[in-house]
Amino acid sequence: MAALSTVVVLTLLVLVTVSSPGWPRVKETFFSWPEAKASFPAIARGFLVNIKLFMIAEPLILVIGLLVALARGTRTAVMFPLRALAVVYVDLFRGVPTLLLVYLVGFGLPALQLRGIPVDTFKLGLIALTLSYGAYVAEVIRAGIESIHPDQRAAARSLGLSAGQTTRSVVLPQALRRVAPPLLNDFVSLQKDTALVAALGLTPAEALREANVYTAEHFNYTPLLVAAVFFIALTIPLARFTDWLGNRALARQHSAGPA
Amino acid sequence: MTLASRPAARVWAAALAGTLTLAVTACAPSDSSSGGGTPAPSSGKSATADSCSVDSLKLVTPGTLTVATDQPAYDPWFSNNDPTNGKGFESAVAYAVAKKLGFSKQQVKWVVEPFNKSYAPGSKDFDFDINQISITPARAKVVDFSTGYYRAAQAVIVMNNSKYAHVTTLAGLKGAHIGAQIGTTSLLAAQNDIKPSSQVAVFDDTNAAKQALLNGQVDAIVADLPTAFYITAAEIKGSKILGQFQTTSGHPEEFGMLFEKGNPLVGCVDKAIGALKRNGALHRIEKQWLSSDVHVPELS
Repeated sequence: MAALSTVVVLTLLVLVTVSSPGWPRVKETFFSWPEAKASFPAIARGFLVNIKLFMIAEPLILVIGLLVALARGTRTAVMFPLRALAVVYVDLFRGVPTLLLVYLVGFGLPALQLRGIPVDTFKLGLIALTLSYGAYVAEVIRAGIESIHPDQRAAARSLGLSAGQTTRSVVLPQALRRVAPPLLNDFVSLQKDTALVAALGLTPAEALREANVYTAEHFNYTPLLVAAVFFIALTIPLARFTDWLGNRALARQHSAGPA
Repeated sequence: MTLASRPAARVWAAALAGTLTLAVTACAPSDSSSGGGTPAPSSGKSATADSCSVDSLKLVTPGTLTVATDQPAYDPWFSNNDPTNGKGFESAVAYAVAKKLGFSKQQVKWVVEPFNKSYAPGSKDFDFDINQISITPARAKVVDFSTGYYRAAQAVIVMNNSKYAHVTTLAGLKGAHIGAQIGTTSLLAAQNDIKPSSQVAVFDDTNAAKQALLNGQVDAIVADLPTAFYITAAEIKGSKILGQFQTTSGHPEEFGMLFEKGNPLVGCVDKAIGALKRNGALHRIEKQWLSSDVHVPELS
């Protein structure tokens, strides 16, 4: 029954779309095979830039996120400035649209004309993405840390572990495992947001910009769909992996639940 | 996964089918307003004097000429980002064309149309779009263009203290990192005529390109000559026009007004532009708003 109704609905949807008066025009502007083929090589080349961007950015983001989360978790009075700094960082960089941050870092930093600040748009884009996603990831990791019951920390301390040892060997392993799905979620989001760096005139250009260049030149939107396929080819497997991780964690919890 | 119960599923399916059928009926005849039904003549040859009177024109809003351009509207094509003031080359041209067609200044309404959206399929909410859009054969397959109202030379802008500041040939720019705006002839000219060894940086708009030039993130930017005049004279201190060149790839590039494919208005606008060319009005507007290019060296 499920299969039948799905087939019926899909068929109807396809029929409605294909029989609509504007369909030939839509097909030509969005689903043109020749345009897809012509734009493919440049977009494929561009996608390598996207991959490079998020592969370098993600480890940096995880490090920053972890450090900021730990800073926010400190309790002692001496650590107050660090704690305040962490709060301000998260509030500021999570609150600002990522594109604005890309402009601010990408065009604003070099305009300061200070020594040591990179002019290279790839590095600047990397910094902007890292700052933005670092704030998100810090909050995710903090949520994970806070989800660990205080009794565990107390138990570890009573066994003679130092505060640092407790965080490292008791709290973090459990916390990080718990937030793995939302972290992967942010990773997927980062993959797509690498396209924002194009606003800086990134060279070599990334996939979406290559698609846009072709689109603007030929007045045909098909290359945008080609770029979309590249992104989806990466994000869908990752999404299934995230699902699997989540389900596994759930299954473990249930099997370990009260008898 | 199975649906809860059969009757419920049937109701659900029936409702869905009903909705879809409704959607088909609701979506079906949208041809009436756009030129989808009968293919309208797209060139000016068939337009007669009668068919070009304001009353007989097929307009988005009857009795009003709706003209589109992008936001922000850049100098010297517009002035103060306000297309309605009649100042700046393209604003002046639009009003001159409107007047020739028989519209008063009050009957001209401006709307914002992002360049990326201007060529989307479907009916438009403007009669024509005037936004420094180059006429190319690839684009003319999707939209209609008026005859050209301006032929733009391309110009290379550098900072005075750049190591490329004394280059006199296009070949001398081979090693330079060059920037240009997306969707422009300038970008194609940079790619095909200069052929630099590193990829041309593509910016969303002129503002971003200017900032990158200022920051030293690119060595030079390519823009059409009037824009280059404005940038070097009014916007970026310490920059200069290295020289001008005509793009050799393909046809001489002209700016045209953009129309929905099959819009019969094209013929009437072409006639108006033709008249403005013959009586010298277009030339006068160009003289008034676009700096002359006599003293800019040619890059060969």
